[in-house]
Amino acid sequence: MSHIPAELKFLTTHEWVRVEADGTAFIGISDHAQSAMGDLVYVELPEVGTTISAGEELGVVESVKAASDIYAPISGEILAVNDNLSESPELINTDPYGDGWICQIQLQDPIELDDLLSAEDYSEQLEEDEE
Amino acid sequence: MPYIPHTQEDTAQMLDQLALSQTQDLFDEIPLSLRSPSLQNLLVGESEMQVMRQMQQRADLDRYQLSFLGAGSYHHHIPAAVWDLVGRGEFLTAYTPYQAEASQGTLQVIYEYQTMMARLTAMPVANASLYDGASALAEAILMAVRANRQTHAKNILMPDSVHPLYREVCQRLTAAQDVVLHALPFNPLTGQIEQAVLMQFVDMDVAAVVVASPNVFGVIEEVHALTNWAHQQQALMIAVVNPISLVVLVPPGEWGEKGADIAVGEGQPLGVPVASGGPYFGFMCAQQQWIRQMPGRLVGRTLDRHGKPGFTLTLQAREQHILRSKATSNICTNQGLLVTAATVYMSLLGPEGLKQVALASHTNRQQLVAQLQTKGFEILFSGPSFHELVVRLPVAVEPVLDHLAQQGILAGVALSPWFEQFPNCLLMCTTEVHTVEDLDQLVQQLAQAVAKIAAVPVRAAELFGV
Amino acid sequence: MSITVMDSQLIFEKSRRGRQASAQVTAQLEADKALADIPAALRRRSAVGLPEVSELQVVRHYTNLSAKNFAIDKNFYPLGSCTMKYNPRGAHKAASFPGFLQRHPLAPASHSQGFLACMFDLQQMLAEVTGMRAVSLTPMAGAQGEFAGVAMIRAYHQSRGDLARQEMLVPTAAHGTNPATAVMCGYRVVEVPVDASGDVDLAELKAKVGPQTAGLMLTNPSTCGVFERNILSIAQVVHDAGGLLYYDGANLNAIMGQARPGDMGFDVLHLNLHKTFATPHGGGGPGAGPVGASARLAAFLPGPCVAQDKITGRYRFQAALETPQSIGRLSAFMGNAGVLVRAYFYARVLGREGIKRVGEFAALNANYLMQRLREAGFDLAYPERRATHEFIISFQALQKKTGVSAMDMAKRLLDYGFHAPTTYFPLLIPECWLIEPTETEDLDTLDAFVKALITIREEALYNPELVKTAPHTLPVKRLDDVLAAKQLDLVWRQVATV
Repeated sequence: MSHIPAELKFLTTHEWVRVEADGTAFIGISDHAQSAMGDLVYVELPEVGTTISAGEELGVVESVKAASDIYAPISGEILAVNDNLSESPELINTDPYGDGWICQIQLQDPIELDDLLSAEDYSEQLEEDEE
Repeated sequence: MPYIPHTQEDTAQMLDQLALSQTQDLFDEIPLSLRSPSLQNLLVGESEMQVMRQMQQRADLDRYQLSFLGAGSYHHHIPAAVWDLVGRGEFLTAYTPYQAEASQGTLQVIYEYQTMMARLTAMPVANASLYDGASALAEAILMAVRANRQTHAKNILMPDSVHPLYREVCQRLTAAQDVVLHALPFNPLTGQIEQAVLMQFVDMDVAAVVVASPNVFGVIEEVHALTNWAHQQQALMIAVVNPISLVVLVPPGEWGEKGADIAVGEGQPLGVPVASGGPYFGFMCAQQQWIRQMPGRLVGRTLDRHGKPGFTLTLQAREQHILRSKATSNICTNQGLLVTAATVYMSLLGPEGLKQVALASHTNRQQLVAQLQTKGFEILFSGPSFHELVVRLPVAVEPVLDHLAQQGILAGVALSPWFEQFPNCLLMCTTEVHTVEDLDQLVQQLAQAVAKIAAVPVRAAELFGV
Repeated sequence: MSITVMDSQLIFEKSRRGRQASAQVTAQLEADKALADIPAALRRRSAVGLPEVSELQVVRHYTNLSAKNFAIDKNFYPLGSCTMKYNPRGAHKAASFPGFLQRHPLAPASHSQGFLACMFDLQQMLAEVTGMRAVSLTPMAGAQGEFAGVAMIRAYHQSRGDLARQEMLVPTAAHGTNPATAVMCGYRVVEVPVDASGDVDLAELKAKVGPQTAGLMLTNPSTCGVFERNILSIAQVVHDAGGLLYYDGANLNAIMGQARPGDMGFDVLHLNLHKTFATPHGGGGPGAGPVGASARLAAFLPGPCVAQDKITGRYRFQAALETPQSIGRLSAFMGNAGVLVRAYFYARVLGREGIKRVGEFAALNANYLMQRLREAGFDLAYPERRATHEFIISFQALQKKTGVSAMDMAKRLLDYGFHAPTTYFPLLIPECWLIEPTETEDLDTLDAFVKALITIREEALYNPELVKTAPHTLPVKRLDDVLAAKQLDLVWRQVATV
């Protein structure tokens, strides 16, 4: 069973969002997603300074057996990207909710967060997928 | 039964195991109405000896004495060792190297091939090959469109001096993805693209500029200026090149200030017989940054669990069997066997041997041009050229070609079916296989044929009293 | 199997400056003199970097490399959906006659009659075998044949002004090229599920078909290793909705001579001559993927096709003017002509009776092998079905028990001198192998394969590490794919040589 931190919000496509006190948000992919993909070998990161809309392609994660688009769960300007992933994509495997974060976004519209899944909803979705 | 080993006893034993009385019962899930077609239009099978004899007779019908045909397929000497090695069953009858540990031979050959092509083109990476030069260009165009993620532009500048058959293939293979190929005219005097014609495209969002050098006429383009222009426009430069020419001409990786982005071409000159147009192979090289947009297979070097170097297919996540509808291309195969031939060919010739092939091909062109001019023929295009030339005859080309063909000389390709503006013109090619005597014979016979044909309309005119 | 000690040097590492295969140097020309008519800026300045080695070094290097390959000539190769049958030497020899090898693709008709005659005959033979009206030989591989077929479907709908058809139906079990091709041709892919017995789910198909449907791409027998029993109903459902049926010929070997796609209602198909017609795979190409079309799609076939003049009996390529609706050209010349010549040889040697025996004995070998494995206790994916020319077994139970995966089993099989079957395909069946013995394997080989599998299963149960770390007897041990993808090394960079 994969790990799902209760304080995060999720997309059905396995991206997570963590909103900080300063109105920014971190984005990554879930423990379940990294485990399904296997050893990651490459991460294509967005460019800092660009603005992205919810649902748009943010980047790509690639393992030996799969390549998958990462979708933006929320809209906003990209403030920072996790450059460590260029050298060490395996950080997503080892610590998907911590050192394996993908980018930081300036939250534009907090109402968008309501459209995301809670940790509980996401957990239920995974169980359904399992069946 | 040809190629089927079963004895009657074998078949009986196997059916017995299956509790069936006859092999037809194996097909009982197929609707009865579909079963056992008569195949009445097929001949009865014949022995290897009989079929080979008939095919030998047919093959002999197509033999000739001398050929100066080029236009995308070139007669070069292929060292005897090339196809002796390539024809080994271990290369010939192996499958795609998905089981890497059982395919180290094929994989190492491809890794060596990738290295050779990268060095020849002076580009950082090469893939394991595509079907042929024309489809490789089409794939390069789709790749350039994918690489242009920012604006998603689908405009491609495609010079008229790119081989017309390549242009046709590109049109066909890219049309469904809304790619627009914009024609670029060439200067009819030099045979080269002029920078001035690019000006009309400065405000257009161009994904890539294609430049073939040598182009279909054998003319070498002003590659530095064209590449710099493309890069100023934020467009990619796609180079279409002849691999043999690269030992003497500036390679795509050194075009302009930054080098071409993608280099493709027909690999056939590297040890593959002309053989009716295939199988050949298309090569593709690219700058490092575009590697994940590259179609086709890639072989990488890695380590085994004991730390020993070995080779394996890599970046397969881009390919159709994993990404399915989101794949970079539907391509599965590379042209493995032809790549093997090219690798052996380049190893045998080495840098000096390959350079001498290029120089001899080029020198023969100079000889032929001089001899044709001496006989009063006009040579088109003043731009510098490599191993091909266009000559204008004072009469229609077709009867001249027929006349020469009757003597076993295939003198060249008529240009007018591809370029209406050049009637009476012949595209000819020389390589290292041609001797001084071959060139003499060609020029002499050509002059005689032209004189003979030229005489005919005069008589016809007399007859009709014009 | 004995593997002699072989070096793993690259050809570049054997290079010494100034050494050359001297017999291969054609002239002694000076570059500066010979290239005086080319501006300096357009000439190459940098070194070319090809290896400098002797002819013997080249011959020895590549001969030793070849020995590191598995190949049909050396090993049983039961790769599902790949039809690794014997590649007749006669076909290779006939295609290598000088008259064929030296014919230039733009040679005049006067010097092409031999080649064109073979191509014309092959077009006719393939049309008869598949039950189609006409065949074009030009696509250079199965994937290009697929592209041609789907492009023809698109051209057909467009020619009728029927522009609403934007969806291509593809069963979930289909080969990955199917959806990739549909997208390349500008279609949206709609997946149709397969039911528990391996047939297309007819109710789901009916729900998904409509005026937006351009067609259905179907492999029959399917990649599940079973014949699509509802094929006539499927054809009717799709046709009634105005869609067309595309036949992926990947598995034609199973029914060759026994049933024809044209009779099943397919409108267009491609064949894989490198599978069904025994042309060699060459370590990953060249293949050939001719397309066949029914009467209503024949006008859209890609060119060039070969025609015969009724009066003179002479052969020629059809001109573009004669085929105005053709989807056009897919290769610079005529596709992989040499592969076509080999297939022609094969079809002539087989003839009518030989063609029928292909499907018959391919099915016999597969069903026999499936039965033997069933009796030995292996898990069949579709135990109640007949095998076609291939079938699926699953190692899911074994994997749960021992941790040994289908891939581990495949790698261990290599140690026994057998090439591994297709693993993890189709994606529907967990931990699976798709096994296709082909008709050219003898009974003893099939029995030996069963024996090896039983032994390996024992190993998995009692010494799983042995299987998980396989292979042990090949030139390299299990290779690190992750490292290969992470630290891309696609081109050798000289470290330090003389």
